[in-house]
Amino acid sequence: MSYSVIKGSSYVLVHAPDMVLHNGTTQTTEMILNPNSEYLKELPKSLRTFEQAVNYLPNQVYIGNHKPEELKKVAQPWYDKDVADAKREGKFGEIMPQDEFIGLIKISDVFDLVNLEKEFTASVKAKLTAHPLIKDELVARLKDGDDIADIEHAINDQHAEALMHDGKLVGCVKRAHDVDVNLNAHVMFENLVTKASGILAALHLCAKNNINPEDVDYVLECSEEACGDMNQRGGGNFAKAVAELSGFVNASGSDVRGFCAAPAHTLISASSLVAAGTFKNVVVVSGGCTAKLGMNGKDHVKKGIPILEDVIGGFAVLISENDGVNPIMRNDIVGKHNVGTGSSPQAVIQSLVTEPLDRGSLKITDIDKYSVEMQNPDVTKPAGAGNVPEANYKMIAAIGVKRGELEKTDMVSFMEKHGMEGWAPTQGHIPSGVPYIGFARQEMLEGNINRAMVVGKGSLFLGRMTNLFDGASIVIEKNPGKVEESKGVSEEEVRNLVAETMRDFASHLLKD
Amino acid sequence: MENQRRVKELAEKYGAENCIVIIGGSEADSAALAAETVTAGDPTYAGPLAGVPLGLRVYHAVESEFKESVDADVYDEQVGMMEMVLDVDAIVEKMREIREQYTQF
Repeated sequence: MSYSVIKGSSYVLVHAPDMVLHNGTTQTTEMILNPNSEYLKELPKSLRTFEQAVNYLPNQVYIGNHKPEELKKVAQPWYDKDVADAKREGKFGEIMPQDEFIGLIKISDVFDLVNLEKEFTASVKAKLTAHPLIKDELVARLKDGDDIADIEHAINDQHAEALMHDGKLVGCVKRAHDVDVNLNAHVMFENLVTKASGILAALHLCAKNNINPEDVDYVLECSEEACGDMNQRGGGNFAKAVAELSGFVNASGSDVRGFCAAPAHTLISASSLVAAGTFKNVVVVSGGCTAKLGMNGKDHVKKGIPILEDVIGGFAVLISENDGVNPIMRNDIVGKHNVGTGSSPQAVIQSLVTEPLDRGSLKITDIDKYSVEMQNPDVTKPAGAGNVPEANYKMIAAIGVKRGELEKTDMVSFMEKHGMEGWAPTQGHIPSGVPYIGFARQEMLEGNINRAMVVGKGSLFLGRMTNLFDGASIVIEKNPGKVEESKGVSEEEVRNLVAETMRDFASHLLKD
Repeated sequence: MENQRRVKELAEKYGAENCIVIIGGSEADSAALAAETVTAGDPTYAGPLAGVPLGLRVYHAVESEFKESVDADVYDEQVGMMEMVLDVDAIVEKMREIREQYTQF
C-alpha cells in the first residue's frame, strides 16, 4: 500500500466587521424584515476592533501561535481574556485586517468588477506593498482607484454592492450581468471574498512551508460557494482561479462540494490522487464566506457578548508523495456516511469512526486526537447550540462504551485525553475536521502523537436535494520512515532475468 | 420555518388532539424552544406558528414516555448512544415544564 503525506498547511483569518453588518445573512435578513429592530441598533456597539480580534485566544490558536491544549487552561468564556503575546502574524498564517482584505478582493478580480476609491487605494497599496506575501505584480493590480462619485453612481444606479470600511464607503463590486442573478453584484462579491481568502491561504501555504508554487500539480477547492452563470449555476472553477493568482503555473484544478464535509472528502480525494501516482503535489484549499458573519449575532448581542463571528476563515493543505518524514494519510482507513447508513447520531458515528477503525484493526483509544467539528464554544454556547466538539467526543466515548472498549466511568478521561476544545470560527466547512491538521503534523514530526482522525460532517438537507446527512473521515499517522520502493522493473533487471533463465535452460540441456 | 408550516398543516388536517410531536434536539434549551413553538406558538414570532397555540402533546426522544412505547432493540440502536451523551435530566425537566404549561391534550 502506498501512501501520501501532509507536506504543509496554512490557516488564515480576515477580520471583517463592516461585512458583518452589511453582508452577514442574519443582518441582511433583519434589515428586510425588521429594519428598525433593537438588534440592528445595538449591533454596531458589539463589534470588535482588529486588535481585539487578534488578542482573542481561539484566533491565535487558529493561526498556530498557541496550541489547542492551551485553551483548556483558560476558563471559558475566552472573549473577555486577552492573549498577552498575541500577534497578527501566525506560525500557520495571519489575521488580515479588513482594509487590506478589500485590497486583496480588488487584486483577485480579473473582470474589472471591483472599484476602490482613490485615497483608500493609496492607503491600502502602501500596506500591501509592505506585506511580505503580496508581491509587486499583485499590488500593481490595485491600479490607482476611482472617484467616489463613480462608485456611488454604480451603487445607486447600477445595482453594485457597496464595500464599506470603518462605516465609510470605500468601493463597490459591480454586477457582471444585467439579468443573470448568478452574476449579480451580491453573488460576485461573495465569490470574490471566497477567492481572495483562498488565495491568502495558498500564499501562506507556500511561504510557511517552503514550497515552490511551480511544483504544485493540482488544486482541489472545497468551499461552500458556487460560481457560474444562469446556464451552469455552479460551473466552477474556484480552484483554478485561486491557483492562477497564487503562482501555481503548472497546476490545474477543480472544485469539490459537500457542505461542511467537503474538506474531509477533499482530503481523501487529494491523498488518493497522490497515492495513485496521478499527481505528485495536490493542494487542498478553501476560502471563507461573508454570509455566516454574525450568524449567531442576535444571541450574542442579547447576552452582552461581542460579535465573535467577525472573521472570515481560510486554510490550505499540501498533500505530496511519501517522503518518509511527514505524516501519512491513511487512505485505507477512511470513513464515509453511506446512503443506507441512516441519520441517527449513533449510525453516523459508527460509519465515520468505528467502521474505518475496524478496517484498520484499531480501537478508538488508538487515535490520539480526534479532529471533529472544532467550532469555538464561545460562539455556540451562548447561542444555545452547546459545545459542538465536546458533544462529538461524548458520542465517540459512548460508542466506545457500547463496544466494550471503554468503561462508562472512563468517558470523561477519554474525552480529556483524545479531545480538544474548539477554536475555529463558525464558517461551516472551516471548523470541520481540518483545523487540527497543522498541529497534528507538528506533533507527529516531534514524535508526541502517533495518530489523529479528521472527521467532517455536512448537512446536505440545507440544499433541499436530499434529506440525507453526510460525513467523511480519514486517519493521519506518524510516518514510520519507510518509503515504498518503486514497483516498476527496470530494463536492466529484465535483461538479467532473461539471461538467468537462458543460463538455467542451457544448463538443463547440457545435463540432458 | 418549513417545519413549523408542516406541523401546522398536519394539525389542521388530522386535528391537534391526534398529533404528537417527538423532539430530538440535543440541548435542553433548544428542545424546550421547539416544544414551546408547537404548544404555545413560536416565541420568536418569526414563523407560521407565531401566535398559533396548537397545544400539541410533545415529548423528547430520551423521555421515558417515548422510550417505553417503542421497541427496546430499535431504541438502543437509534438512541442508546445519545442517551449516554445528552443531559437527559435537564431535557426531561424542561419538557415537563412546557407540557404542564401549554399542552392542551
